[in-house]
Amino acid sequence: MNLHEYQGKNLLKEYGVAIQDGIVAHTPEEAQAAYNTLKERTKSDMAVVKAQIHAGGRGKGGGIKLVKNFEELKTESSNILGMMLKTPQTPGGMEGPGKQVNKVLIAEDAYAPDFDACEEYYVSILMDRERKCNVIIYSTEGGMDIEKVAEETPHLVHKEYVDPTLGLQGFQMRKIAFNLGLSGQAFKEMTKFINSLYKAFIGSDASLFEINPTLKTGDDRIIAVDCKVSLDENALFRHKDLEELRDTSEEDATEVEAKSYGLNYVNLDGNVGCMVNGAGLAMATMDIIKLSGGEPANFLDVGGTADAARVEQAFRIILKDPAVKAILINIFGGIVRCDRVAQGVVDAYKNMGDAIKVPIIVRLQGTNADIAKDIIDNSGLEVHSAIQLQEAADLVKQVLA
Amino acid sequence: MSVLVNKNSNIIVQGFTGKEGSFHAGQMIEYGTNIVGGVTPGKGGQTHLEKPVFNTVQEAVNKANADTSIIFVPPRFAGDAIMEAADAGIKVVICITEGIPVQDMVKVKAYLNNKPDCRLIGPNCPGVMTPGEAKVGIMPGFIHNPGRIGIVSRSGTLTYEAVDQVTKAGMGQSTCIGIGGDPIVGTTTLDAVRLLMEDPDTDGIIMIGEIGGSMEADASRWIKENATKPVVGFIAGQTAPAGRTMGHAGAIIGGAEDTAEAKMKIMDECGIHVVKSPAEIGITMKTALAGVKA
Repeated sequence: MNLHEYQGKNLLKEYGVAIQDGIVAHTPEEAQAAYNTLKERTKSDMAVVKAQIHAGGRGKGGGIKLVKNFEELKTESSNILGMMLKTPQTPGGMEGPGKQVNKVLIAEDAYAPDFDACEEYYVSILMDRERKCNVIIYSTEGGMDIEKVAEETPHLVHKEYVDPTLGLQGFQMRKIAFNLGLSGQAFKEMTKFINSLYKAFIGSDASLFEINPTLKTGDDRIIAVDCKVSLDENALFRHKDLEELRDTSEEDATEVEAKSYGLNYVNLDGNVGCMVNGAGLAMATMDIIKLSGGEPANFLDVGGTADAARVEQAFRIILKDPAVKAILINIFGGIVRCDRVAQGVVDAYKNMGDAIKVPIIVRLQGTNADIAKDIIDNSGLEVHSAIQLQEAADLVKQVLA
Repeated sequence: MSVLVNKNSNIIVQGFTGKEGSFHAGQMIEYGTNIVGGVTPGKGGQTHLEKPVFNTVQEAVNKANADTSIIFVPPRFAGDAIMEAADAGIKVVICITEGIPVQDMVKVKAYLNNKPDCRLIGPNCPGVMTPGEAKVGIMPGFIHNPGRIGIVSRSGTLTYEAVDQVTKAGMGQSTCIGIGGDPIVGTTTLDAVRLLMEDPDTDGIIMIGEIGGSMEADASRWIKENATKPVVGFIAGQTAPAGRTMGHAGAIIGGAEDTAEAKMKIMDECGIHVVKSPAEIGITMKTALAGVKA
């Protein structure tokens, strides 16, 4: 689960991490009020208007603007609020439709007054799958695309692994601050920053923190200017307060609906929908659709209970995508009996009346597969049945031809 | 023979009296698996499915000689249950539970580093099956057939698919190991492949991977140097987009190296019989074995 920049910053602040000051606004009026409040705190006319969407590269699409006075603030905040912001990370990239901006963060210009004395760093924390522990990745090359830095100048990307039983140690914080070339007050500030940041990471069960840039200000403070925070979905049971921060308007509407039915669904760009039990088999089914000349329109794991109600919900979810030309149902019945699933498919099909206008291929294998095939074949419906996976693949090829 | 579990394993079920634990314990007993009891804290002394219930794993070890455990405990308590089993001296811990927080597993892995005699399988896995001897998991028993093909997989139903194809192709399985779909698992693809490579009663190995991580690449490089029997490999998720989690928490493409294409290329270079279509796993194994024997 991803947080907005302003939500992430609030989380960091609770753990004592210094952040760029800012106030979130939903309307131009709120933005103007936020600017005035912020101005009293910073004693500066300068501010930054930052679009709040779940995608990086916001500056590239005009989603982040520096404003020098109230008039500019009024213009820029009205422009950004409601705009369809295109960034390299929004669906379709810079060529796509973009994402609607519903909120802006009015933030202090942390680089003022002494822009030249500021330094930008990169800091992130995540779990390293190879070493099975958390790692802090950091670099002097802040404000840039870290993948590019890692590729072109790998010696500038440092990693500090954290012992899971002991946690982050003092010498590690000092090492990070030294490697970033800091001394004096800024050095102390950085060790404090890293310490608090790691506590926030553990405390929130995060799966990713990326603070890029981490800024050294002209007066030697270390603050988070931007932040990307992803939380571990599996740990949300112990973070009810964080779970409430979920912004479903940022997620695919169909995926959100599927989730409410307990279906694990990911929307894709293809023309053959699929409904499968189990994540691995679902991915394999997508692959077989491709090998049969189609393109998968989705990933959909119906889980262990593929009864009529569930199958019908899954049908409705898949059919929301107008690009779907056929649907392949692939169920390996182990604990769940194939004849039950077959009856579910038939019932769902009948319940939906004319809603299904595309050919359906049902492949049921496992417990009572033969009975299941009979149920499908004798239903009188426009449903093709198969038992072997290869037969199903051939049927996909046939209906697409 | 077989690996990890057999007819002599003394198996206990952690989370024995819960809904999932009860159902699957019943299925395992019906298959003929040697379940010697179960653990549910606070219900010690009772009898469930005609087997004794213990308060702690230690008690089960002391009184029932338990050496293997299967865990059906809910996600928030599952990490704790794994550590309890390891602490009590259980040799093989199989954790079925899906949805354990990653940071819990980071701690569990660190804890297990000091328990070299304990092997964890999973979490988020279908379990381990030695056909005809022991079903220690949630897989459907009837699709299996005792035989000489070992299967290693990160997925549940896709494993059943492979098992079924092997059986339909006239072969059988020595042991099927579901290693699990999470970012952190106790036994890696390489660990499992190695067990089967060293098992004298396994003639061929099927390795089923998916997008995300480097486990298949690591196993492939080891296979290149150490293989004494044919390995057939499949990677699910050739059509998966980057950056999205596909059902399994561990199935996410993070870099260029963990795409299905990259993994299949490495596997091919390491001498593994790579199948592009999941419908050809069984038949490819049959051909590979014939090639070796000829």
